[in-house]
Amino acid sequence: MSRDGKKILRGINLEVGDREIHSIIGANGAGKSTLAYTLMGLQGYEHEEGSIIFNGEDVAVLSITERAKKGITLAWQEPARFEGLKVRDYLAIGARGNGGITEEEIKEALRKVDLKPEKYLSREVGEALSGGERKRIELASIITMKPKLAILDEPDSGIDVVSLKEIVSLIRTLKENGSSVLVITHREEIAAASDKASLMCEGVILRSGDPLEISEFFKNRCIPCDNRVSPPKVV
Amino acid sequence: MAQITLNALSRETEDITAAYTAAGGDAAVLHNHGLASLVVSGNKVLSANGTEGIVLEKKETEYGVDIKMTIKKGYKIPLPVHLCFGLVPKDGIQEIKMDFVAEEDSAVELIAHCTFPNAEKVIHKMDAEMVIGKNASLKYTETHFHGPYGGIQVLPKAHIKIEEGGSYYTNFSLISGRVGYLEFDYSVDAEKDSICEMVTKVYGKADDKIKILERISLNGENARSVIKSRLAITDNAESMFRGITEGHAPRARGHVDCMEVIQGNAKAEAVPIVRVDNPLAKVTHEAAIGCVDKKEVETLMARGLEEDDAIDIIVKGMLA
Ligand SMILES: Nc1ncnc2c1ncn2[C@@H]1O[C@H](COP(=O)(O)OP(=O)(O)OP(=O)(O)O)[C@@H](O)[C@H]1O
Ligand SMILES: [Mg+2]
Repeated sequence: MSRDGKKILRGINLEVGDREIHSIIGANGAGKSTLAYTLMGLQGYEHEEGSIIFNGEDVAVLSITERAKKGITLAWQEPARFEGLKVRDYLAIGARGNGGITEEEIKEALRKVDLKPEKYLSREVGEALSGGERKRIELASIITMKPKLAILDEPDSGIDVVSLKEIVSLIRTLKENGSSVLVITHREEIAAASDKASLMCEGVILRSGDPLEISEFFKNRCIPCDNRVSPPKVV
Repeated sequence: MAQITLNALSRETEDITAAYTAAGGDAAVLHNHGLASLVVSGNKVLSANGTEGIVLEKKETEYGVDIKMTIKKGYKIPLPVHLCFGLVPKDGIQEIKMDFVAEEDSAVELIAHCTFPNAEKVIHKMDAEMVIGKNASLKYTETHFHGPYGGIQVLPKAHIKIEEGGSYYTNFSLISGRVGYLEFDYSVDAEKDSICEMVTKVYGKADDKIKILERISLNGENARSVIKSRLAITDNAESMFRGITEGHAPRARGHVDCMEVIQGNAKAEAVPIVRVDNPLAKVTHEAAIGCVDKKEVETLMARGLEEDDAIDIIVKGMLA
């Protein structure tokens, strides 16, 4: 994967199991968001070689919509805003593919992200929402979609510390509801709640394994960057 | 003969009522005698119903109707007044002249639906002179419903004077059906402590042409205004927006905001103009023309929508 002629992802080898919470950790600029965008197939993030096998099928050539219909979705690090679109309608969009959604299910999704339904259902997903509110609504939209693979890009950023617990419990709920979760995070609490973690550095997955070990390794050996242990091999 | 006229009239009433409903109006309100309403089809007044505090005079002319509506001093009309203007046949001319006065301390909301469901060669002209008296308030929303043929010219022109402490809020929307040719020309004189908000929302398709000219002159101290325009154009449609706000008095505050989304071969031009000749006045503007935001589209696609449906939802949201 390159951007403007610069290789950003190199020889990524990553496996996420069924109903697994898998966290991706790594320094700023390591390529985590780029990996998320490539998996989702966003414009400008088309992969160059290799394959993205999802449920036994290579989805690397599919459009965003086609990937989403197979059950892959993405929550952006900084979610878009939609002028004039009501929270209620936004949350219903993802559920169209699985036969729609009831008002009660929409409310339940909002409660899961700790937003009072009566206060938010009729609000616009627009400028008037704070960054943190918008992030929560983004996560609620992932819940209502019931994806097979939820890619969450820093669901914890911009969320107050008190609410971190809720984000962790939300990720667990996604798993209980049958989703695999690939979560990009800088927070140990989220890594700790994962089944597995991978460490990313300069566009490669350096190692995968037990989340606590990976997290410790990242803290002690990667900052400051220790080239002796992490010479990224260019492929 | 009288019998025939009556039949013809009642059929026209039925037609316009159906068109009114299609335009999003609630037909029941037109027949509710507790609510003030006025229904004009072509140059015929099909029904006119005033309520306490509202004086309604109307005169049929060759191509339309002259209307004089006065909200009497001190009357706050509790329920909106419904207006329906339209032309059901595929061709014709409709000229509405409107003389509106909201007397001192009065308040009213007018909800107008303009419906031309079959227009192939129709001209709809509206000339309005409106006076919002001292501390009076007028809320005016006008929703258009045009058919699919595009052969319509809509030419609304209004001059509004808002006297001291008065407020005027207007929302013009033309989203359903083809625009045809629209030339919207409103100009406002705002006196001391008055408030003016003007919103236009238009969706142009095929070879529709949209011209929007809005002018607000903040003449009095502390007068405040917002011009907000949301235009979406696609195919070969063209739009031209001019929003002018002039600050002539201390602490006058104005803002011009135009956002346009273009797709296909559509062409858009937006010119916000601010003029200030009083150092204590402040007028600001913003204008943006662009395609639909990529992140918004990709977000909806990542929830399973096709690209076209995603764009449609985003555009409709902007125009909502
Ligand atoms: N459009 C682009 N053109 C060139 N380089 C880019 C582009 N987008 C991203 N990059 C570079 O790719 C690298 C990876 O960026 P990415 O956003 O994936 O990092 P990240 O791991 O998500 O970081 P953070 O923790 O700050 O979110 C960075 O060095 C960035 O500068
Ligand atoms: Mg990132």
